[in-house]
Amino acid sequence: MMNDMMTHFDLLQPVDLDSALDMLSRHGADAWPLAGGYDSFDWFKNRGKQPAVVIDLEGIDELRGVTELESGVGPGGGGGIEIGAMTTLATLEADPLIRSRYALLAHAAAEVASPQIRNAGTIGGNVCQDTRCWYYRYGMTCYRAGGNTCYAGAPGAMNREHAIFGADRCVAVTPSDVAPALVALDAGMVVRSARREKVVPAAEFFMPPGVDITRMTVLGERDLLTAIRIPDRWAGADFHFEKVADRKTWDFALVSVAAAVRTSGGGNGGGIIEDARIVAGAVQCVPRRLTTVEDLVRGRPRDEETAEMAGELAVRGADPLDYNHFKVPLLRNLVKRAVRGT
Amino acid sequence: MTESLPLPGRGNVSRRSFIKSVIATSASVSAMSWFSAPAAARHQGAARGSVGRLVSLEVNGRTRRVDVLPQETLAMTLRYKLGLTGTKLGCDRAECGACTVMIDGVAHYSCSTLTHRVRGREITTVEGLEGPGGELHPVQRAFIDELGPQCGFCTPGQVMAAAAVLRANPNPTRDEARRAMSGNLCRCGAYDHYLNGVMRAAREVSHA
Ligand SMILES: Cc1cc2nc3c(=O)[nH]c(=O)nc-3n(C[C@H](O)[C@H](O)[C@H](O)COP(=O)(O)OP(=O)(O)OC[C@H]3O[C@@H](n4cnc5c(N)ncnc54)[C@H](O)[C@@H]3O)c2cc1C
Ligand code: SF4
Ligand code: FES
Ligand code: FES
Repeated sequence: MMNDMMTHFDLLQPVDLDSALDMLSRHGADAWPLAGGYDSFDWFKNRGKQPAVVIDLEGIDELRGVTELESGVGPGGGGGIEIGAMTTLATLEADPLIRSRYALLAHAAAEVASPQIRNAGTIGGNVCQDTRCWYYRYGMTCYRAGGNTCYAGAPGAMNREHAIFGADRCVAVTPSDVAPALVALDAGMVVRSARREKVVPAAEFFMPPGVDITRMTVLGERDLLTAIRIPDRWAGADFHFEKVADRKTWDFALVSVAAAVRTSGGGNGGGIIEDARIVAGAVQCVPRRLTTVEDLVRGRPRDEETAEMAGELAVRGADPLDYNHFKVPLLRNLVKRAVRGT
Repeated sequence: MTESLPLPGRGNVSRRSFIKSVIATSASVSAMSWFSAPAAARHQGAARGSVGRLVSLEVNGRTRRVDVLPQETLAMTLRYKLGLTGTKLGCDRAECGACTVMIDGVAHYSCSTLTHRVRGREITTVEGLEGPGGELHPVQRAFIDELGPQCGFCTPGQVMAAAAVLRANPNPTRDEARRAMSGNLCRCGAYDHYLNGVMRAAREVSHA
């Protein structure tokens, strides 16, 4: 237990965003923004990270809550909603606006971790969390930690949870259940530093290892994710979210699939698919948008045959490691079910 | 649980009361060695605006003044500074639920909550659930009636999770209750007993 007391840090508790950004730009790499703490404390307790300064974002009211965006303000030019980065996952599960229009997100949030974790864990922290590859989390100096090897990809390594696509030295996967839902909804991520604000599409927010192996997102050390905007484009569409994990509680996804589908002439299990977003989690380092599958299903009837083809196409090019071959049929089946609507 | 340890110069003291007396009498000494990690010395010159150490906490309806380190978790403060050892530490990694307390009526893992975050919030631990005459909370009574606890280690966390569910949703369906209790692990596997307890408590409160 001795070891579990975190090492010392200075704790700053700003009450407005500008001060937080200012603190972040002043302390740079020494500072660590703190949201719910459910990723952070793991690092601190295991001595994996020992920041000198922790900036607690909890006291900043402007980072919390769900608000409706007027037409013309949402990403894509229409309306939509804006969710403050410090909004808890439990709020997403319960929020009436999200439940009625973007149930995909409520559903994904409800699948995260455990009730107590969702009561404090935030949407911002959830999408910014680091990968759960345990070689890395337990302090091995792998590529991601600045070293020159990948322990999870080595012969005999335990890599049941790792990637089947897009490995580039690192074979870790995105741990977030919320991220695939946000990519499927064409969300915009509002990124701010003391100097500027920009809105990054969710599909470009997550960092592939081939571009920068030491980061999971595009955020620089002086940036904060302040909000997430969801356009009304997919509001009220047919949604499907499914996550498979070893246990229903606590465990991270082995594979998850988030889908938004618009059909003409019939809801789930019928009609012609006009457009779709299908995104898989835990199969690659970033949420994997299955654009070829989306292209395939567009204009086809939402039926068994289309679902079958979609499942096959979804796993084309998969390159499993020693212990994660099971992810291939799992992904195939989840995509099939998402396209079929059941 | 109450086996006696012969302690030199102390006569026979039950293990539990010995531990309690150590916590009560030498809290400052043990806490000092526990908390003053060498890393504390590395960051001399606190960053501008870092939190002050002496804080007031609202715990179980009382205001408690306590010296809290910036990195201290609520579980540490409750157990080792305030002597409220009803709150258990199982994993210290948000993976078991033994440390569950209520903060403003909502269930949280105290092992993963900074104490400095809950200044001014209402903290309730298992010690704070009893009624004005010392009577047990309906959840505690129902857990006894349904033979919930086996070894009992997870029980305070289960009690707090259940009390929080019933605050938010006094008449949960069995599935809702199961889901709400899913953040509390029980090594003895008494899940169904606890769940029966939650349902019984809900019935008893609504018929009271
Ligand atoms: C036992 C356990 C099981 C879990 N299971 C799951 C699961 O099944 N699915 C799942 O999706 N997640 C899971 N999680 C993750 C958890 O749900 C949290 O979402 C996650 O740990 C981070 O959220 P947080 O709010 O606690 O953030 P923190 O831990 O405080 O922050 C996470 C990281 O993001 C950074 N950060 C946070 N907010 C911002 C911001 N606004 N701007 C810039 N950077 C920011 C922090 O600096 C930190 O690096 C699990 C966690 C635990 C401990
Ligand atoms: S998968 Fe990535 S994080 Fe894990 S050991 Fe390999 S390089 Fe490190
Ligand atoms: S001790 Fe807090 S969840 Fe296990
Ligand atoms: S009663 Fe023993 S752990 Fe639950």
